[in-house]
Amino acid sequence: MSLWTRHAIFEKNSIVLLIGVLIVISIGGIVEIAPLFYLKSTIEKVGSVRPYTPLELAGRNIYVREGCYNCHSQMIRPLRDEIERYGHYSLAAESMYDRPFQWGSKRTGPDLARVGGKYSDDWHRAHLIAPRAVVPGSIMPGYPWLATTELNFEEIAQDLKVQAALGVPYSDEMIANAKADVRTQATTDAAEADALAKRYPNAQVRDFDGDPSRITEADALIAYLQMLGTQVDFKLYDNKANIR
Amino acid sequence: MTQAVLPPKPMTFGEGGTALALSALAFLSLIIAAKAYTPEYAFHAYLFCAASLVGVFAIANRYFERSAERPPLFIDGRPNYNFGPVKFATIAAVFWGIAGFTVGLIAALQLAFPELNFDLPWISFGRLRPLHTSAVIFAFGGNVLLATSLYVVQRTCRARLAGDIAPWFVVLGYNFFIVIAGTGYLLGITQSKEYAEPEWYADLWLTVVWVVYLLVFLGTLMRRTEPHIYVANWFYLAFIVTIAVLHLGNNAAIPVSVFSPKSYIVWAGVQDAMVQWWYGHNAVGFFLTAGFLAIVYYFIPKRAERPIYSYRLSIIHFWALIFLYIWAGPHHLHYTALPDWTQTLGMTFSVMLWMPSWGGMINGLMTLSGAWDKLRTDPVLRMMVVSVAFYGMATFEGPLMSIKSVNSLSHYTDWTIGHVHSGALGWVGYVSFGAIYCLVPWLWNKERLYSLKLVNWHFWISTIGIVLYISAMWVSGILQGLMWRAYTKLGFLEYSFIETVEAMHPFYLIRAAGGALFLVGALIMAWNLWRTVNDPAPKAAAVALTPAE
Repeated sequence: MSLWTRHAIFEKNSIVLLIGVLIVISIGGIVEIAPLFYLKSTIEKVGSVRPYTPLELAGRNIYVREGCYNCHSQMIRPLRDEIERYGHYSLAAESMYDRPFQWGSKRTGPDLARVGGKYSDDWHRAHLIAPRAVVPGSIMPGYPWLATTELNFEEIAQDLKVQAALGVPYSDEMIANAKADVRTQATTDAAEADALAKRYPNAQVRDFDGDPSRITEADALIAYLQMLGTQVDFKLYDNKANIR
Repeated sequence: MTQAVLPPKPMTFGEGGTALALSALAFLSLIIAAKAYTPEYAFHAYLFCAASLVGVFAIANRYFERSAERPPLFIDGRPNYNFGPVKFATIAAVFWGIAGFTVGLIAALQLAFPELNFDLPWISFGRLRPLHTSAVIFAFGGNVLLATSLYVVQRTCRARLAGDIAPWFVVLGYNFFIVIAGTGYLLGITQSKEYAEPEWYADLWLTVVWVVYLLVFLGTLMRRTEPHIYVANWFYLAFIVTIAVLHLGNNAAIPVSVFSPKSYIVWAGVQDAMVQWWYGHNAVGFFLTAGFLAIVYYFIPKRAERPIYSYRLSIIHFWALIFLYIWAGPHHLHYTALPDWTQTLGMTFSVMLWMPSWGGMINGLMTLSGAWDKLRTDPVLRMMVVSVAFYGMATFEGPLMSIKSVNSLSHYTDWTIGHVHSGALGWVGYVSFGAIYCLVPWLWNKERLYSLKLVNWHFWISTIGIVLYISAMWVSGILQGLMWRAYTKLGFLEYSFIETVEAMHPFYLIRAAGGALFLVGALIMAWNLWRTVNDPAPKAAAVALTPAE
């Protein structure tokens, strides 16, 4: 009886076939995924990376909602041209609080991993409303509704709570102040700015959309864009520190 | 009084249970709709409620209409096949195919003429692109897989489909999932994981549908009157089981609230990226490959009237393919923050994957041995054989692009889009069209298709479309990749990003033209099928019952 005829056991018993398939497809996934959760070298330690402020998180959710990831990556590869074009290559630690990750797979538009601070808030607002008014050859859609739609952050504390349950270091204090923090961060010279900065170091506090009378979706999205890639100070970053 | 006109008619477990479950779902949806955080989510809750009530009504109506006896498993020694759900999925496949190709064409035109976004949220490119990918992969491809798998498993097992309500629940429930997913994207409900964009509640619904699908498929296999499980069914089973595993792993998320459409995924950052592309690449491997290889293993031998070239090659093809595919995901993450060891492992297995892929291609093509002349006379068979050739091309290009140094150029560019479409249009599209052209006359008891000439037109128009599409994307992808890394003599980057965008315009026009031709081909198919179904010509003698084995 050759090995070929022994294959009949799979062909004559659907449950054996089912179990065989399950075993065979499990191996690759287990070997590639499981170690990423316990190998310390997967995410090097970089002290300054903090969770998103409630306003940035709301902006990130708008980024997700509008499908920005379809055309913009957030992952600078360690290739000469990319580092010169976009800045230091992305570190794993920089997306450690990203749920889901936004690395993207296509650059119809440029990479945004380090777009924070590259352009002014005014530029972003004008660009989101009418991209070709600012960049004539652009093929990006316009997003004029962001500046006219008020941000819905009624339940933002709930978002933080769920993330905290998943392991993001949001403290009870952060959750309790979530709604107030949205208002604080979107207000120029806000009185509570210091308390916010204590909870979220280096958070940028100002009216982002040029309309101080209300908090719009553009406020949130621009706040998110302006913090992208700014958490690690590469003057202090030591790329040898994590080599074992 | 004892001589009632109607014999007692017990409600089956399936009827009672499904009606009860759907009633509960309708009630729950109503509560959620009332307390939903956003109007978009309330809209979806109302849709769930309405669909559940329609389901309850349909079950009750069916109960009063049907006779007391269950449909027999055999009539005169022949299996009493259940083709109703197969017919529904076939029609749905044609409908969603045309819808998905149309949305693809609009998205392609938006890239060439951004004014076509019209500054409207629900049709902006970022929302239409997932609508296009989901419509062609899950709506078109998914219904083709449902239709063919539920057909093939019955014919090759010589057994009636297991379950009474269950097969209908699978096809209708699956298409309802498509509606929820698609309207969700347009309304901005997405979790942004490519090819897994639907939010938590749509994912839960799909899980229920998929488990029932697995049970129907397994139940039918267990009913078989043939001693062996035919090779096509191995592939279908691997597709169903693996997609279930991938779906559960990649969509593990905690909703913000039961009243919110928003959820947060349990994986983060680098681990989430790995899980996503473990899912994403194997959606290609098991949804778009294993499932459609099952079609190759049934429909090509059937249409060519030749047995599969090699039984042993089938065995190697099957086990090697499903073992190796799962490892290939990290090639989507070359040079990212994913650890190097994972990237290298992904690349290695992607290159190895070339072998079983071509083994399968050879097995499919060589099945034509002794029947090559049919390619001249039968455009349906030609379509399927060309699809296998495209499969061979795409599975050579894939391993090539998974090599890190090639990937450093191709990644993030249109080359990837071209590669995907040579697989999607050439391989998945053509093998699906071939299977549908076979299925429709079989299901509706017609002698033949309305017109083979129209099939010929479909074939050539869409072939020109595919060639335009993929060559435009090769050129634009490689061009843009080279422009990004071009340096002047003085050592500065030569092009600004926007210059590389502007250089894409002519290729985006050619791509849109290619897509339009592909859509025209599909419209010709729809017309041809419509005429076939409505052909008043005498029915073919009862369908031959020989299984393909």
